[in-house]
Amino acid sequence: MIAESGHYALVLALGLALIQSVVPLIGARLHDTALMNVARSTALAQLLFVGASFMALVMLHVSSDFSVANVYENSHSMKPLLYKITGVWGNHEGSMLLWVSILALFGGLVAAFGNNLPLSLRAHVLSVQGWIASAFYLFILMTSNPFLRITSPPLEGRDLNPVLQDIGLAVHPPMLYLGYVGFSISFSFAIAALMEGRIDAAWARWVRPWTLVAWIFLTLGIAMGSYWAYYELGWGGWWFWDPVENASLMPWLAGTALLHSALVMEKRNALKVWTILLSILTFSLSLLGTFLVRSGVITSVHAFATDPTRGVFILLILCLFIGGSLALFAGRATSLKQGGLFAPISREGALVLNNLLLTVACAVVLFGTLYPLAMEMLADFKMSVGAPFYNLTFAPLFALLLFAVPFGPMLAWKRGDLLGVTQRLLAAGVASLVAIAIAWAWARGGSALAPLAIGLGVFVIAGAVTDIVERTGLVRLPFATVLNRARGLPRSAWGTTLAHAGLGVALIGIVCETTWNSEYIATMKQSDVAHVAGYDVKLDRLFQRQGPNYREMIAEFNVSRDGETLSMMTPSKRSFTTRGSSTTEAALLTRGASQLYVSLGDATAEGAIAVRIYYKPMVLLIWWGPVLMAFGGVLSLSDRRLRVGAPKPARAKQRLQPAE
Amino acid sequence: MRRMWFVIVALMLLASPAAHAVQPDEIMSDPVKEARARELSRELRCMVCQNQSIDDSDAPLARDLRLLVRERIAAGDSNSQVLDFLVARYGEFVLLKPRFERQTLLLWLLAPLLLAGGGLALWLQIRRRARSGADLPAPPLTPEEEARLAGLMSDDAKSQ
Repeated sequence: MIAESGHYALVLALGLALIQSVVPLIGARLHDTALMNVARSTALAQLLFVGASFMALVMLHVSSDFSVANVYENSHSMKPLLYKITGVWGNHEGSMLLWVSILALFGGLVAAFGNNLPLSLRAHVLSVQGWIASAFYLFILMTSNPFLRITSPPLEGRDLNPVLQDIGLAVHPPMLYLGYVGFSISFSFAIAALMEGRIDAAWARWVRPWTLVAWIFLTLGIAMGSYWAYYELGWGGWWFWDPVENASLMPWLAGTALLHSALVMEKRNALKVWTILLSILTFSLSLLGTFLVRSGVITSVHAFATDPTRGVFILLILCLFIGGSLALFAGRATSLKQGGLFAPISREGALVLNNLLLTVACAVVLFGTLYPLAMEMLADFKMSVGAPFYNLTFAPLFALLLFAVPFGPMLAWKRGDLLGVTQRLLAAGVASLVAIAIAWAWARGGSALAPLAIGLGVFVIAGAVTDIVERTGLVRLPFATVLNRARGLPRSAWGTTLAHAGLGVALIGIVCETTWNSEYIATMKQSDVAHVAGYDVKLDRLFQRQGPNYREMIAEFNVSRDGETLSMMTPSKRSFTTRGSSTTEAALLTRGASQLYVSLGDATAEGAIAVRIYYKPMVLLIWWGPVLMAFGGVLSLSDRRLRVGAPKPARAKQRLQPAE
Repeated sequence: MRRMWFVIVALMLLASPAAHAVQPDEIMSDPVKEARARELSRELRCMVCQNQSIDDSDAPLARDLRLLVRERIAAGDSNSQVLDFLVARYGEFVLLKPRFERQTLLLWLLAPLLLAGGGLALWLQIRRRARSGADLPAPPLTPEEEARLAGLMSDDAKSQ
């Protein structure tokens, strides 16, 4: 019954989405308020039904109903409850259901909090959301139905892939989807603006918080995925330039560009056409990411999910939406009026440079991901594009961008004074030079570029801090005044500083980890001692243990430094009986921002075991950076001007309030 | 969702429990040569994996390739000779850093071309705008906005 109800709710959601895609548009043409308001109720009802459908799938997984194919294939009665729930989206069908649920959630939020939007704009936006939703409901119902029954139900399920039975991977997909799908809102706003032929600063103020929300989730989602790969895959790598990773990086790059160009549009009424185009491109890249991950097109001898009907269906959706929106853009963009002149050296100019570099970086990733596919199909030439390529192309672009970051926020709008800003950044420059000198003197081996990159990171952080120092008058004003000023600064200023500083923090982490990490690989027997970066790691004992749905082999290491015992580390290797596969659970010892990393290989017959030990200096900065960036985003979002659905002051009830 | 796929595939492929990248028994006794081997390994693709270098990969094929690289180095090959040897055997698919040649021209030149093109377009636009003169006038208000503005003004008047 639950499965059938869930299926039925999904069909009803499709019906509602179809109504939502057509009726409000007719209403907008006829200037009929009632018809336009249909968008609001259908969006909310749709959320209700998709929510019900999703809950139904969760209930099926929790109750281990193996008569449902999806549950049988991805669950096991002995699996811990947490992973029964997260297993819902640990497979193709379930993750697509999560995708549409989040889409409906965003649509519902616009419907619920969009009361201060012009009525016809809201109708258009929700209607575009309806198109996207309809396409994906059809996709799920026709090719990836999670509610299919098995005629003769088996007694036990096949268990979720062990690698996915991990808290990191449990939270990673929803975060990423909140990011991916969140960009659908800015896409819908862009299409609505093109259809209405009207766009103004108020539009940008409406779009920015939604873009920011999506960007925050995407940032955290990518960082979390990267940290998961780091501790779970057993060799301490954290970014692989893999097509699936690139699929999430591209919308992030485009979305970051969009955040900045929307800023110019809101403040200065310039870059309108470009902002619209970026909104379209960002969501198109999200769709492309979904296509790459879900269709199995990625070059690989044994691509997953090799069912071609799914791939072709998503490809159709992709072509329809990207082609359609770009055609609409080509036809209507010229009708949008350009405003707001600015000199090349100005805040606007800096943001244009930011956009140029981010888009080119995004294009490099896009080409790197798709070029091998295209060459194989068109020229029958098999090639690979991997990390060494991106290190040579993407890295210099980002270095250039990072160098420009401290200048941007300090330049004035309209016409800036580059020389003046350079003088104001003198302290940051000196800090950076000192950092280069220290890194140079301290470094043993490694690339000569590394100290320079450290200096760049310090420059970005110091530059971001300089802005706040200047605006609060720290150093030159009495402390009480500074405190007052700091309190008076808009939260978005703090947000900018934190987000920019986060970039520098991440860069320092990346450089330190890749340049100065130490490695020890050997077969160890009981009471063998490994010496890594000043730490003595002694293998105390090896033993077996039974977990809920796996057996694990655990090694106990005693870690000491200069004879003083610091901690015990217990990496393990789990073998999951149902799937006959195993996972490595690395042990991590955190010292400041650095980590000692121990993971196990295969055991030999003589009771010895292959061990890999790494010392990774400053490695945690790689993820603290994005967390800082996301926190900056949250601060900026909490700024009164941008707050989503901010409570209005009583007196301002009838005031023109387009942006909140 | 990201990394799991190749892991699934790798795990399915390996009937035996997953081994790790570089195994203790593979390491060369000469640290300089071993460093060269590691450096080369990072530029070589494990052909049955999804975009992993043989330095990272668990697959048996990656192990074979790692041993092959070390064999060649031990035989006295230079880095480029080792790469040539592998390309002759497995095609350019094995290189994670594609060579600069006819087929990859566009890939390598994309970033500089886009930067130059974008920069040129911006420069032209700035020049055109500078000639066209002052700010364009703000677009006129729609009747709906006029009405809201009127309401707003009267509201302000009342409250004062």
